Amino acid sequence: MYDFFTNLSIYNFVRGPLVWVAFIVFIGGSIYKIRSLILLAKKQKVVFPYLSLKYSLRSLLHWLIPFNSRNWRLRPVIAIVTFLFHIGLVFTPIFLLSHNILWHESWGISWWTPSEGLADIMTLIVISACIFFLLRRIFASEVRFVTFADDYLILAIAFLPFITGFLAYHQWLLPHKIMVILHMIFGSLMLIAIPFTRLGHMFYFFLTRAYMGSDFGYRHSKDF
Amino acid sequence: MAVVEKVKELEKVVSSEFKEYKRKPVADPGLDETVKKLTPEKIEKVINAVLNMRKSAATFAAPLETCIHCALCSGACHWYLSHDKDPTYAPVAKVRMTLWEMIKRKGKVSPEFMKQCARIVFCECNLCRRCSMYCPFGIDIAFQLGMVRRICFLLGLVPQILMDYDNSLSATLTQLWINQADWIDTLQWQEEEVRSEIKNARIPVDKEGAEIMYVVLGTEPKLAPQFIANMAKIMNYAGIDWTFSTADYANQSMFARDAETMQRIVREVYEDALRLKVKRIVTTECGHALHGLGYAAPPLLGWKEGPIEFLHATEFYYELLTTGKIKIDKNKRIKGPVTLQDPCNLVRHRGAGEKLRYLIREMCEDFVDMYPNREHNFCCNAGGGEIAIGPPWKRVRLEGARAKAEQIKATGAKIICAPCHNCHVGIHDVVKFYNIDAEVKFMWDILLETMEIPEEFKVG
Repeated sequence: MYDFFTNLSIYNFVRGPLVWVAFIVFIGGSIYKIRSLILLAKKQKVVFPYLSLKYSLRSLLHWLIPFNSRNWRLRPVIAIVTFLFHIGLVFTPIFLLSHNILWHESWGISWWTPSEGLADIMTLIVISACIFFLLRRIFASEVRFVTFADDYLILAIAFLPFITGFLAYHQWLLPHKIMVILHMIFGSLMLIAIPFTRLGHMFYFFLTRAYMGSDFGYRHSKDF
Repeated sequence: MAVVEKVKELEKVVSSEFKEYKRKPVADPGLDETVKKLTPEKIEKVINAVLNMRKSAATFAAPLETCIHCALCSGACHWYLSHDKDPTYAPVAKVRMTLWEMIKRKGKVSPEFMKQCARIVFCECNLCRRCSMYCPFGIDIAFQLGMVRRICFLLGLVPQILMDYDNSLSATLTQLWINQADWIDTLQWQEEEVRSEIKNARIPVDKEGAEIMYVVLGTEPKLAPQFIANMAKIMNYAGIDWTFSTADYANQSMFARDAETMQRIVREVYEDALRLKVKRIVTTECGHALHGLGYAAPPLLGWKEGPIEFLHATEFYYELLTTGKIKIDKNKRIKGPVTLQDPCNLVRHRGAGEKLRYLIREMCEDFVDMYPNREHNFCCNAGGGEIAIGPPWKRVRLEGARAKAEQIKATGAKIICAPCHNCHVGIHDVVKFYNIDAEVKFMWDILLETMEIPEEFKVG
């Protein structure tokens, strides 16, 4: 097993073609999903006439700023955890130093990166938020009632790249090489899963929110 | 003690599908009898027909792929709050027990399951859209539950009294089997009544070229003619060039999701207005039909919005008051604490909250707002067809209104202004059921009590 994972050809496959496939599927799949939803909405005829840029942005801003909508104010703990989780989830992989180095080695590009300590904290936040969500799924009755196997699955998909990345960085539990390969496999898996699971809420959030914001705006009301 | 507990346990309907879903049985022939005639094949056919058609609709497809099952909508629902946070009352749980299950099983569900669905969507949800507003993704949960109502309606699984309203509307375009002669007769009777108070008062009917056409719910000429007199007084005092319409704009068909009849009702109102060449439509103090007239039906009729501007009665009072056509008598202003029930269809769905508050503050000295208020107000728990499903469900309805009762109690108000027919009846029942010492009034009641009566109108 150890030999299998530390074999250079496995590393090269994961580091090369798999990442390419993951990014192509992620970007291509996302464009496809968004495009098909927009085309559906156009066909439906009652969506676009009511859409308004002003009210869409108003609604998005209110929900994207913590405590700017009443539901976030009513649930401060969940609001804080949710916001920190999503910030960590999206920005840590983009700005992380190790990822930056990979970009630099491959394409010669790099950008701003947080200190390793900060990145570590952000990763820990994502990991603990995942555990918080898991506990909430198990113990909060209203959440448990609407929880299915795929809810745990998408939570795991988000959790695994972070926990393996964290362990690889600290060289704990498994030998570094194996952990890095696992990390890259899970990372690719997450990218591939985004367009085809409910992780797609990453994009759909903006579309459904825009529709609702416009609808309430059209009615001279507000949805936050 | 053990026996009592056993009896209590027997009284509960425990769902065979979801062990958490426990309810007391309620006899309603519309559900109990219809369900006997259903076959699994018929159910499958109807569900798949609706779902296949909807698959191509973005507003239906996107939410299913977006909902992350976070249950953050639960706290928005007054049913959930009124039942000590029972998870089966949460909005997402209602979708989960109905729509998700139908999709998962590809329409292969039992008649018993459908009956349970009908109870969930007709009798435990007001479609008030508060949950839609509290969903972080802006998923229109109420719309999805409305779709389940549509499926139930196509199967005939509708609480009997609501179905009777719908039958009446589809046959006569009035909600209570009213014939036109009765309608006109009542208007003439009310004209006489008003004339005893206002010199030369008129209730014009079908007057061509009037500025404003006034539409009411059929329940007014049928059961509450004094409401007609109230509006006639306001119109006459303000000197409005108006006409009464004999079109009934009540839209119980919208509650049953009988989309076909819903359009016919609304089209009749607009056609009446165009025939009479009026400039604007003013509606009675009613919320649901306003939603039907202005938002639910026009897209189905092929319009972005209706062809003629329409105003809710309270928006019309606001206009009369701000333009000085009627004035409030400072000495007659109401002293005691007054609170306001924000009707969902008027405030959350139309944004008239500020206008209502302006009116109340003009007319009353001590206005106490409910908390939460405006867009965030709880439904009266009579809207969305809850009152239209009738007496068999009254207890269920009132138990679900505990959040509302607590909200009212906290204001300590002696008068509750509810400018909507459904809210008015709903709050009236809530006040009685929860022993709250308060009186429910329409906005026109308060307006007529406090307005200045010009000398020239006085009789004798």
